Amino acid sequence: MQIGLISLLDGLVYGMLLFMLASGLTLILSMMGVLNFAHASIYMLGAYFAYQISRWVGFWPALVLAPVLCGLIGAAIEVWGLRRVHHNGHIAELLFTFGLVFIIGRAVQMVWGMLPMPYRVPAGLDFPLFTLYGENFPAYRGFMLLVSAGMLCATWLLLKKTRIGLIIQASLTHPGMVSALGHNVPRVFTIVFAGGSLLAGLAGVIAGNYLTTESGMADAMGPIVFVVVIFGGLGSLAGCFIASILMGMVQTFSVVIDYSFADLLKPLGITLTANDLLGEILTIPVSRIGPLVPYALLILILLFRPRGLLGTRET
Amino acid sequence: MTSLIRRAFAVAVIAITALCAQPSLAADTIKIGYIDPFSGAFAQGGDASLKMFQFIIDYINDKGGALGRKFELVTFDDKLQPAEALIALKSVTDQNLPFVMSCVGSNVGSALIDAVTKYNTRNPDNRLLQLNCGQLATELTNEQCSFWHFRFVGSVEMRAVARIKSLPQSVKSVYLVNQDYLFGQSIEKDTKRFLAQYRPDITIVADEFIPLMQIKDFAPYITKIKASGAQSLLTGNYGPDLNLLIKAGVDSGLNIRYDTYLGHVIGAATAIGAAGDGRLTSVMEDHENVPVEEHNAEAEEFFKRWRATHDFAFIALPSVTQFQMLVRAINQAGSTDAVKVALALEGMEQKDLFGATEIMRKEDHQLLLPYYEAVFTKDVKYDVEKTGLGWKTEAKVPTAEETLPTTCKMKRP
Amino acid sequence: MSDAAQSPDVRVLHPAQSRTRSFLIWPWLIALAIAVVLPWLFYDWQHARHAGFVLSMLSQMGMMVIFALSFNMLMGQAGLLSFCHSVLFGFGGYSTVHFLNAAGAGELPVPMELMPLLAGFSGLGLAIVVGYVASKQRSTAFAMITLGIVQLVTTAATMFHHFFGGEGGIKTDREIGISLFGLEYGKSIEVYYLIVAWMMIAAAAMYYHTGTPLGRMANACRDNHERAQFVGYDPRVVRFLQFALSGFFAGIGGGLFAITYEIVTFDAVAAPLAANALLMAYIGGATTFVGPVLGAVLITAMQSGVSLMSNSWLIYVGVLFIAMVTFAPAGLTGIIVAHTPIARAGLLHRLLLPYLRLLVPALLSLFGFVGVVELLSFLTIGAAQGKQLALFGHPLDIAGTTPWLVSLLCLFGGGYWLLREAARFRGVWDNLTAALPRAGAA
Repeated sequence: MQIGLISLLDGLVYGMLLFMLASGLTLILSMMGVLNFAHASIYMLGAYFAYQISRWVGFWPALVLAPVLCGLIGAAIEVWGLRRVHHNGHIAELLFTFGLVFIIGRAVQMVWGMLPMPYRVPAGLDFPLFTLYGENFPAYRGFMLLVSAGMLCATWLLLKKTRIGLIIQASLTHPGMVSALGHNVPRVFTIVFAGGSLLAGLAGVIAGNYLTTESGMADAMGPIVFVVVIFGGLGSLAGCFIASILMGMVQTFSVVIDYSFADLLKPLGITLTANDLLGEILTIPVSRIGPLVPYALLILILLFRPRGLLGTRET
Repeated sequence: MTSLIRRAFAVAVIAITALCAQPSLAADTIKIGYIDPFSGAFAQGGDASLKMFQFIIDYINDKGGALGRKFELVTFDDKLQPAEALIALKSVTDQNLPFVMSCVGSNVGSALIDAVTKYNTRNPDNRLLQLNCGQLATELTNEQCSFWHFRFVGSVEMRAVARIKSLPQSVKSVYLVNQDYLFGQSIEKDTKRFLAQYRPDITIVADEFIPLMQIKDFAPYITKIKASGAQSLLTGNYGPDLNLLIKAGVDSGLNIRYDTYLGHVIGAATAIGAAGDGRLTSVMEDHENVPVEEHNAEAEEFFKRWRATHDFAFIALPSVTQFQMLVRAINQAGSTDAVKVALALEGMEQKDLFGATEIMRKEDHQLLLPYYEAVFTKDVKYDVEKTGLGWKTEAKVPTAEETLPTTCKMKRP
Repeated sequence: MSDAAQSPDVRVLHPAQSRTRSFLIWPWLIALAIAVVLPWLFYDWQHARHAGFVLSMLSQMGMMVIFALSFNMLMGQAGLLSFCHSVLFGFGGYSTVHFLNAAGAGELPVPMELMPLLAGFSGLGLAIVVGYVASKQRSTAFAMITLGIVQLVTTAATMFHHFFGGEGGIKTDREIGISLFGLEYGKSIEVYYLIVAWMMIAAAAMYYHTGTPLGRMANACRDNHERAQFVGYDPRVVRFLQFALSGFFAGIGGGLFAITYEIVTFDAVAAPLAANALLMAYIGGATTFVGPVLGAVLITAMQSGVSLMSNSWLIYVGVLFIAMVTFAPAGLTGIIVAHTPIARAGLLHRLLLPYLRLLVPALLSLFGFVGVVELLSFLTIGAAQGKQLALFGHPLDIAGTTPWLVSLLCLFGGGYWLLREAARFRGVWDNLTAALPRAGAA
């Protein structure tokens, strides 16, 4: 019970972090069809910018400035890069963002060096919020939850209650028609890309001091974010939310399960040892294969429900 | 139109490659091919090692080098992939370099041992020696040992001895966490072996493997560790796998010792910071406060010179010994011929920078040296990576206790 | 994906020409001759041995040619973007290591020359299993499934020891002593010729495949899968078969990898290798058969050669992609093919001078760009590593302003000049194409 409740909270925090990253990517992928490989790199940039700004001015200005910078960078990428490449097809756009990954990765190493940055949780938030079964729940994690929830609300409000939000929603599912109706769809694209990058940057600001800020962080987060986006489905933020929480929970709970498939067979009197490949696969405990589970889930959902959980369009 | 740019680029690249690929027999230096990751996610390790080696080579060259010639490093980037390391080895042998050196990645080290042995067998007129400056898996000087391979750092089992012997008597329960690959599995095996041998009173509460560099959120692990009630978290993790684990533990207020194998490696101190005060311990060949504790002015000067131009800790003491031994061996052999130098190196004894005697054992080409177990604390003269905290020795395990039996059956030429 | 986005894909990967193509044997013979002779150009006469590094690079190129060609069976021919092609390649490699170990122990009496064939069959086997799962979907869903598969297999490869050897991989010795020609394969040059032989065989087979009904239907499903269905073919079956066959050839490449390096680790199944295949095929030109070959040679040379000289090679690769993607989505061969109407009209010489005028500013801005990147890199990383930046052997002073000024001048000055020349070139090109005699719609 103790482990269950704590894991629930931890899974929620991790899931919300994934959601911050994935929501931007979902918007971009749903609307523009662009598999933005550079999304995780912008997340990394957000963390580094936040570190640098917090060294000069402080954490709270960094919380505002760094995401804005990332948004501007996203807008620049869209206007001067993707727009030129758009007419060459989706693979071209994908490769464009792919090339960006290399450049941003190396540029970060060149500017800040290869060591992890000492980007710390601000002193004002560095205390335990409450204690659950003798374990402290840090205030910063509560702050992370707060920011991600706030961001979720803000995005939802923007999309549902404002005019530009309506246009974005329409462009998510029927970009051609929206354009025919006279709206400036390219400008909407730019806004969405910039917005997505802003969200990624914000995720970087929040997570950079909770996890470590180093040049490998983009490669570490990238694949799982893609899984979340596809699993949740294109064109649906709600689906993305559910998928993020689900993946967060799966990863958190799988750690606490020390049983393996072979343990299921033990009551039947069958004992397996890890002497050959099949034995190895069956005796490995779930806690060790935790990271594999999201990819397995991804494959499964793509096989049986390719539009994802709540997707509104076929991928 | 811009196709021409691309074509020109390609031609230029290949032309420049061809030009620069000619072996430059500039000065008459003793060249060592140095293969490590210098780009990509693991560039940090190669970068740090390179800086330490530049410092050491300058130090050795100032003392005259060997046979009146200075040492020079020729670097190759292997991106931590064995296949790339093997391609780099081809360059090394092309240029007739007498030595190849590599520090990062036991899988690369293992691949190189194989490749060097095969090359030396197939090309007896151009043999080279392999200097291992940081690949720790015990197997490399046991099952996989080779006459051409010399390891100038302590193996995993040597560190395990130091680690287990230095655990305080008050610790009765440990929780093992390791990375799920060759190195981490090696640590887990040796940790359990020596716990059974030296500290049978300790219970291993759990034995966990985590996938390498994949976990971002260690909170669930901390929950399990807390529920187990273990007094010490014994881990061979390094990099983000270590930093995030400890951060998560400290954040949740877990009252536990962090007894690590690699907590002293570059980047860890910065990531852990003040949170590690008094809790984090590690086993290492040297730290910058040892000369202060042992009243060794010359060694203290050495570290001060390093600190003047670098902002991370110098942890490559055995590499200094490596070059001191290499100089003596080359002088003794009168050349850089692989067999002669190898025979001279075997069995050599050398006083290291701290005055302790280090021995290159003949049976398996493993360097035998003492280990220090130290705690990360404020109460020291020299701090690490400008965090305000540094290492303070708690225990020293002498060379004699670090001398372990080997299963090596070496094929000699 | 919106329908509007469909057509650009079609335009980029334009369908095979409808007129029958004649089979030309001479390019193949020339390629074979070059491949055979090339190592001898770098022979080290002084030490009477081959240049090991050159042989390594050429062997790697050979393997990558097979890999890229098999990848293009999916991308260029069938319109399937697969991120898990490396899984098939690597699996062929792992299997071959086990085969070689068995052969060395006397349990498997297969000669070395046929080992790549066995590797191909193991690749085929895995491709059948994986392809059955992946081919259920098309387009983006297919790509995502393959992304999940490659992550799954990579992580599994580091965990399981019996087949994959865990993180350390598995090793073998290629001197198994069984050979059709009595060769030991201890020397690199012998392995290289084995690679050349299998490269020609695989390439010929893949070329033949493009003309078979299955190959043509793959093109059809790429262009318009709905219409293919109406004509009576099941695109799912076509995808599945194409995937399986591409796995066969990828496996051959993997087998040669295992023979050359005698060690296979999880990098051989990991995503970066699959991404490499994508680069090679795309940069070389996915719309032609020979494009991936060109791409494989170029990318291998860049990765091995450039990374020797500079640790910032990742930036160069990134910029190369972006430049390709923006200005030449049809790849290098696409550009060459674009010249054929002009060449056929005999007007190619008119482009000579404009090209020369482009060459100078192009080289200048390239020099400037490389200079800026290298100087920046040395400033932050290299100097601390104690290295000296040297241009053709002359050491440069990073702190001084001259190198910086020169590089920036070359970059921006050259860049501006290049833009002007490019605009002029565009004008010349448009005039030429307009002046071409209007042939009937090709």
